[in-house]
Formats: sequence, C-alpha cells, structure tokens
Amino acid sequence: MRWRTNALARFIYHFGMNPEARPTASSLENLGRSTVAAYAEGVALLGFVGESAAALGQCIAHPSRMRWRPFLHNIGSAGVGALPIVGLLSFLLGVVVAYQGSGQLRQYGANIFVVDLVGISMLREFAPLITAIIIAGRSGSAYAAQIGTMAVTEEIDAMRTLGIAPLEVLVLPKILALLIVLPLLTVFADVCGVFGGMIMARAQLGVGFDEFLERFTKVVSVTTFLIGVGKAPVFAAIIAVVGCFQGFRTKGGADSVGRQTTRSVVQSIFLVIVADALFSIAFSALDL
Amino acid sequence: MPITTAKPEDAAVIEISKLSTHFGDHVVHADLDLDVHRGEIFAVIGGSGSGKSTLLREMILLHRPDAGTIRVLGVDLQNIDDAAALALRLRWGVMFQHGGLFGSLTVLENIGLPLREHRTLDDAAVDALAAQKLALTGLDPEVGAQYPAELSGGMMKRASLARALVLEPELLFLDEPTAGLDPESAGEVDQLVRKLRDGGGLTIIMITHDLDLLWQLADRVAVLGDGKVAGIGSMAELAQMDQPAIRKFFAGPRGRAALEQSKGQAVAPHAASLRR
Repeated sequence: MRWRTNALARFIYHFGMNPEARPTASSLENLGRSTVAAYAEGVALLGFVGESAAALGQCIAHPSRMRWRPFLHNIGSAGVGALPIVGLLSFLLGVVVAYQGSGQLRQYGANIFVVDLVGISMLREFAPLITAIIIAGRSGSAYAAQIGTMAVTEEIDAMRTLGIAPLEVLVLPKILALLIVLPLLTVFADVCGVFGGMIMARAQLGVGFDEFLERFTKVVSVTTFLIGVGKAPVFAAIIAVVGCFQGFRTKGGADSVGRQTTRSVVQSIFLVIVADALFSIAFSALDL
Repeated sequence: MPITTAKPEDAAVIEISKLSTHFGDHVVHADLDLDVHRGEIFAVIGGSGSGKSTLLREMILLHRPDAGTIRVLGVDLQNIDDAAALALRLRWGVMFQHGGLFGSLTVLENIGLPLREHRTLDDAAVDALAAQKLALTGLDPEVGAQYPAELSGGMMKRASLARALVLEPELLFLDEPTAGLDPESAGEVDQLVRKLRDGGGLTIIMITHDLDLLWQLADRVAVLGDGKVAGIGSMAELAQMDQPAIRKFFAGPRGRAALEQSKGQAVAPHAASLRR
C-alpha cells in the first residue's frame, strides 16, 4: 500500500500539484490572486491602447502606411455581413418594446404614446446597445480568434521578423473599420426597431403607420438620434481593442485561443454596458 | 556585400556578452557569452527549458533581454530604433518551428510577401523570384498555388525556408528545422541546409535536437546549461568533454548510436581503401 501512496505523491508532484506547496486555496487567497491578475490585465490593456494609439498616429502622419485591403475586408465582414442579424434582432426588440408597452398604455387610453416609447427607447438606448452586443459576439470574438490563432502558429512572430508591424496590419484596420461600421449599423437598427414597433402599434393599439410617423417626427428629436449614434464609435473602439488585445494575449496552444475568445466577448460586452451607464450619467448631468 | 565591419574569415556576425534573462523568478540566462562566426553553421542545443528558444528570440528582436549586449551584424540590439530594426530584419531570414506561414495567403504569396512589402517590384517579378526560391527548396511549382493548411509538415518547413531566403539574407535562423518530420523529410532538410551552406556566404544558426543534423552539418555547437554556455566546439570536441550538461547528450542510447554512426562514417572511406 505504501508504494502506491508514494507513486500517487510522485504523480501529483510531477504534474505540479504538490499538495504541500499548494493546499486548497482559501477564498481570500483566490480573491487576492484574481485581483492581482485583473490588475495586471488592466495595465496590459492600457499599454495596448497606448500602442494602438501610437500606431494610429503614425498612420495618420504617413497615410501611405494605411492598409486599405484589410480595412475594406473588415468593413465587409463586420458591417455588411452583420446586416441581417442586426436587422432581425432590432426588429424583434422593437416588437417586444411596443407589445410590452401596449398593455399599460391601453389602460390609460394613451395608445399614441407608444410612438414616444418605441422611438426614444430604440434610438437612444436599445439600438446602439443591441448592435454593440451583436458585434462584440460576432466580430470581437472573430478578431480575438484570428489574432490568437496567428499567435499560436507563430504568424505574429513571423510578421515581426519580416518587418511588418502586426498592429498596422491586424489592429488598426479593424478599429477603423468598426468605427465606421458600428454607427451605420446602429442607424439600420434604429430603422428596423422602429419598424417593428410600428407594426405592433398598428396590430395591438390601432395606431396606423401615418399616424405613427407623424407623431414620430414631432416627439423624437434629432438630439435623441445623435445621442444613440454618437455612442456607437465608443462601443466600436471598446469592441475592437478588447478583441485584438485578447488575441495578442494568447499563449501556448489551441485551447488558449478558445479561452481568450471567450474572455474578449465577456469583457467587451461588460465594458460596453459600463460605458453605456456612464453615458447615461453624463447625459443626465448635461440635461440631454 | 554591404557590411563595412566584415573581415573575410572569423568575423563575428553575432556577439553576445553578459546576457541575462529571467521570467519572474525563473532565471533563463545568467551572464551568457557567445560568438557566431561568419559563414559557419552554428547549432545551439540544450535540454528543454535551457533557454535556447529564448536565446533565438533575443537574437531576432522578438524578446528583449534583461541585461547584457547582443550585437548582430555589428548592430547593437539593445538601443536600436525602429528604422534600424527594420533594416536589420531585412538582412536575416527566420524559419520558424511551425513554419509561421500566413494561412490566408498561398505559398507563393507567402514567399513573395517580403518582396512586396520591402522592394518596389511589379507582381510578375515578385512571382518569378518567389517561384525561383520555391524551386530552390525542392518544392514542385504546383505547391505555390496551395494554402499552408494543405501542406505536409516537411513541405511547410521548406516553404518557410523559401520565404526566409527570398530577400537574400546574410544570416539564416532555423528553429528546430527537422522537429516533427519523418526521417525521410528530415534527411531532405539536411540536404537542403547543406546545399545552402555550399552556396556560400550564408551564416546559419539553428536550434535543434536532431543528432544526425548536428553530426553531419554543424561546424560548431553550443550546449546551454544552467543559463550559460556549458560547452562549445565541434561535435567531436564536445564528445570528449565531460561536463554533466554535455555528457547528457552523448551518454543516452540515441546519443551513443549517433556517435558510433559518425565514427563509422569517418572510418568507412578508410576501410574501403583497405579493401581495395
């Protein structure tokens, strides 16, 4: 029996799980470790933002260094390719908002106010947010997976040794493409969402399309629209930077690619919602 | 050749002195010194974790050491600016262990990429030069149109070598050139490296575990151990040394077999002449 326990101990030791060196970590220790890890990652993210900004500055100073092919490719894949899913989901969101509101509004005979409800909530909050979340899941993850795979297969190293800056080829085109595409997708989501609301308003509340649009132009100001679309570039920067950053942090084998991809989606959605909350506070302070 | 510091023989193309590297508490290199001479095939060997890959990465500007100086082709890597780094990078070629070919480009586009980036040539000229390097590494012209994912391990390494050679480098770094290859493909890589050396002018630095490659091709071999160079010399010289870090390579059954085989090869011509 003794040799068996010895063998087990050696096995455990061999795989770096020495029971003496690493007793079951207390929750306090785990908290400490994850805090340190999160802090280190935050610092690294900040460093990456700085590097990307410097590379962007270089590209603006020397426009000939801009990589147009990957830029256009990213506009196609992140923008045009996302139109169906963004359109469908924001349409459904408009339907849901109008449907949920219709029960309450009908009780007070305030049917026409469904226009205010759908118009303002879609343009100001829901359309930018749902678009950003879809793009984080669709493009942010693709960025992390692409760069992560390239890191694992030594393509990033090869790029550096061939004198091609990975930031210029892999990161800047993605950031710039998303900065252009996300506001446009948000406008598309506005249209589809409001259209969903219109259909529901006619079916549930008897508010016709003409009536809906007439009131829409009166109650929804240009400011509301601009606030929604104005948030999109910020969300775009968050999604692209976090996706690329997590891709570059990939170390080791293929399993690491999956892990970093997941992290990129979780982090970018988290940061997008935090940014949206900060916008709400800022706008209310500014009385917008 | 555009090297002002070049003396015909024995000029050091890589001079490393007092190199120190650590990852956290783990010391990789401690005051490591190493020189590589022009025109030789230089091999770095050592157990896993002995820091040979890190050393390679430091020589090709992918990792910054914590202390010490590395001079490659007369340029100090420590305080190099972006423009000088780019100029230097174009003077060496690197063949990565897994090829490092870009998956989104065909083999021919991969090979031609350095030319497209750094030379002003039209597409036809780039393709012609790339096809020439492809042929040099013994790959069929049809391979040029394939994507890296469609290639076997040996073909991938050859394509990677072709890309490393396309800018006519003075230095060639090979990271585990025969690792993961079947004996036949590994033998073909041996032949290829030999052909490159015989072409002249090229200094080759490789990291390898392949004893055949070491015995047949390496002019000098450095054994890394405990963060330093434990021994340096030809394989025959190393076989005579008795530091434990070096003995490990020759004492194992594979090491002994390769040693015997190399002796056999040295003896064979003599035996043949006796028979005559």
